[in-house]
Amino acid sequence: MPWFKKPIDTQTHRKVKIPEGLWVKCTLCKEIIYRKEFEKNLKICPKCNYHFRIGARERIALTADSNSFEEMDAHLSPDDPLEFKDTVAYLGRIEASKKKSSLKEAVVTGKAAINRQPVVLAIMDFSFMGGSMGSVVGEKIVRAAERSVAERLPLIVFTSSGGARMQEGIYSLMQMAKVSSVIAALKEELIPYVTVLTDPTFGGVSASFAMLGDIIIAEPRSLIGFAGARVIQQTINRQLPEDFQQAEFLLKKGLIDMVVHRRELKTTLSNIIRILTSNMPDVLR
Amino acid sequence: MRAYLDFEKPLEELELRIAEMQELQISSNGLSNGTADISSLTETLENLRKEIFKNLTPWQKCQLARHSDRPYTMDYINKITDTFIELHGDRRYSDDPAIVGGLGTIGGISVLIVGHQKGRGTKDRIIRNFGQPNPEGYRKALRLMKLARRFDIPIVTFIDTPGAYPGIGAEERGQAEAIAVNLMEISMLDVPIISIVIGEGGSGGALALSVSDRLVMLEHSIYSVISPEGCAAILWNSPDKGLNQEDFAKAAEALKLTASDLLNFNIIDTILPEPPGGAHADPDKAAITVKNYIIETIKYLRKIPRKQLLKSRQKKLRNIGSFTETKP
Repeated sequence: MPWFKKPIDTQTHRKVKIPEGLWVKCTLCKEIIYRKEFEKNLKICPKCNYHFRIGARERIALTADSNSFEEMDAHLSPDDPLEFKDTVAYLGRIEASKKKSSLKEAVVTGKAAINRQPVVLAIMDFSFMGGSMGSVVGEKIVRAAERSVAERLPLIVFTSSGGARMQEGIYSLMQMAKVSSVIAALKEELIPYVTVLTDPTFGGVSASFAMLGDIIIAEPRSLIGFAGARVIQQTINRQLPEDFQQAEFLLKKGLIDMVVHRRELKTTLSNIIRILTSNMPDVLR
Repeated sequence: MRAYLDFEKPLEELELRIAEMQELQISSNGLSNGTADISSLTETLENLRKEIFKNLTPWQKCQLARHSDRPYTMDYINKITDTFIELHGDRRYSDDPAIVGGLGTIGGISVLIVGHQKGRGTKDRIIRNFGQPNPEGYRKALRLMKLARRFDIPIVTFIDTPGAYPGIGAEERGQAEAIAVNLMEISMLDVPIISIVIGEGGSGGALALSVSDRLVMLEHSIYSVISPEGCAAILWNSPDKGLNQEDFAKAAEALKLTASDLLNFNIIDTILPEPPGGAHADPDKAAITVKNYIIETIKYLRKIPRKQLLKSRQKKLRNIGSFTETKP
């Protein structure tokens, strides 16, 4: 392959494969980390502080009080309204993703307690078809928001997604409008809504419920944006800034409230909810 | 000089011949006996046009939706309004020429119109950024729509964009936030809103102006979560092979992005028919269809109490989705 045809290496294409075995190599700084050490450190590189992607189940374990999580709407599965087929049929891809991730869809929702304060949690998982939003993800987020309103509980959403799910075409695009209109209702009802953006949060997810949080938190060095870095680079044909679309870049530009280390997240969330609901007696706490 | 797409080429020849013959007839003061030839050629032309446009593929529709002669938002505004006062700026950063908006009247009815604006000719295209808005465009649109709401004025939006602009500045100024806030806030504006896709409905950048009580499409417009080119690049691109027209055509087919697809899915309310040969073949006629639809629909939506209007808009959005729920 001639050098000028080399695929452009951009940050969205960080390979986040964690090899099996005793050692882990950091995606960002290439440091070799002892696996046990790495896991004890919540899958964060001790050298450069890159927060590796973690799954929905791990996230629940880190965020919810033990045994407090009650999953809801677990039995929704996508149809194939477009009868979409590329090299593999869409529903075949879904089955493969189910096996690979041991999840049913790209978001897990439920009621939980954070330091004994009841909340509704929605947690996206990138390992299920890149966390893409189709009808099921849209519907589950909407139902989580409706549950928040019905029971007057704060809503906390962890995002991790490449964007809308192409295979569901216009249905997936319309989920952005659907979820956003329900978030509007949630805000009218004065229910606190906090979003935690994790690596990566892009496209249809960032341009709908991710960026609508009353308070928006991001994990260190996670990539967040509307368009992917490669698309932008091809459009403008110019080198992108070093920290482009990293959480710290968004913080500097005034687009998010704070960047919080994974270890501090639970305490931060619990403090925010406690203070926001302190003068709102009908919001449970 | 109009532009012809590949599949329009057979029409070009006939149209040129007819024009030549007409000219000849005029210059000969009607003495040449070409009248019969002209009318038979015209008939052949109309039949051919019908034939070509009856069986357009989704990819051909994409090309029509992006046709450089297709009427754009300002063309419709000029043709359908009695008065139009363009308003500018988001009051925060800048005025985005890729989105236009203003107050006006259509058949005596007061309206606020906003829409994506593409440019005609190289210079104008660059000024309009090829119809790709920056965040300030979406913020201008929302500012104007909120103004309309305060004074109880119905809103009409025209959708025609390849997508929101993917640029450094756009990201720095919160492209995702601007679109998200529009989706959220427009869903709560309790005045009638009509959205008309006149050309390209490109993903989130189109959606940000599409939350409405009536979403309709012109016959040869498209609306998609991703462009056929983008879809093909994700599915089939390889550095040694690259992509060609066939890949784009395949992607356009798979994405189900035509007006009739979206009507089948119940995503849009109706299809506005275009004149034979498409809106660009007869922009005046296309504008009359659009104007009549707007007037009729506003009259109808105006009768619905505000609260109920909002409720049915939200319910319509709430119910979009295709999934199966099995009880455990």
